[in-house]
Amino acid sequence: MVATTSSQSAKVTLPADDQLLITREFAAPKHLVYRAITEPELIKRWWNAKRGEVTLAEHDVKVGGKWRQVMVTPDGFEVGFHGEYREIVPNERVVSTEVYEGAPGGDEGGSVNTVTLTEIDGRTTMTVLCKFPSKEVRDMVVESGMEAGMQDAYDLLEEVAVSLI
Amino acid sequence: MNDLVTVLGLAQPQVSKHLKVLREVGLVDVRDEGRHRVYSLNGQPLRPIHEWVKNYERMWSERFEALDEVLEELVREEEADGGNN
Repeated sequence: MVATTSSQSAKVTLPADDQLLITREFAAPKHLVYRAITEPELIKRWWNAKRGEVTLAEHDVKVGGKWRQVMVTPDGFEVGFHGEYREIVPNERVVSTEVYEGAPGGDEGGSVNTVTLTEIDGRTTMTVLCKFPSKEVRDMVVESGMEAGMQDAYDLLEEVAVSLI
Repeated sequence: MNDLVTVLGLAQPQVSKHLKVLREVGLVDVRDEGRHRVYSLNGQPLRPIHEWVKNYERMWSERFEALDEVLEELVREEEADGGNN
């Protein structure tokens, strides 16, 4: 039997001034969630949601291994992210660094992300704890979401406008 | 106050300290009823924070909706494999 998909929303909380915590439950066992967050071909299919296309995903999933992803936004803007794996417990926990290549400060401005997977009755809760070097960087990341949200709103507005012609 | 001490399993001075901070930022209101102090929640000041985080949260929600689709397929594949073995 296929479990029903949960289309609940992600929960974002602010455990400390320089942190973000993202939580969401998935209708799949944790070894499959682990695959989806570590295999490049699978990551490519969800990481950028519907906001453009992931054109490159390289992940050397081992301690000290590097990863890099490039995506192209709907308006043709290319953005890159990269980092390094620091800790790996297959199907349970992944700690890695993440640097947005467009941000000031280079690798110093990146976050350390800890992903944990907990399975209960075939469903998996994923938490992503992001620790930033400062509150300023954390706030900048949250506000980048705001811009993306605005872009969505503009796209929607355009659709509505076009439908009125 | 006594109710909070029971529910939280913390000592009264600790609870008082937390309540003081929450009162200062306006998240908790207090009134005196006889010998008791009655605290009530005021969620309104949290609204700007929620507004601030909302779009970032939406980005993750959209991302995870796409992940749901990938996972659904992986679950189906695994079930099909299990059936063949």
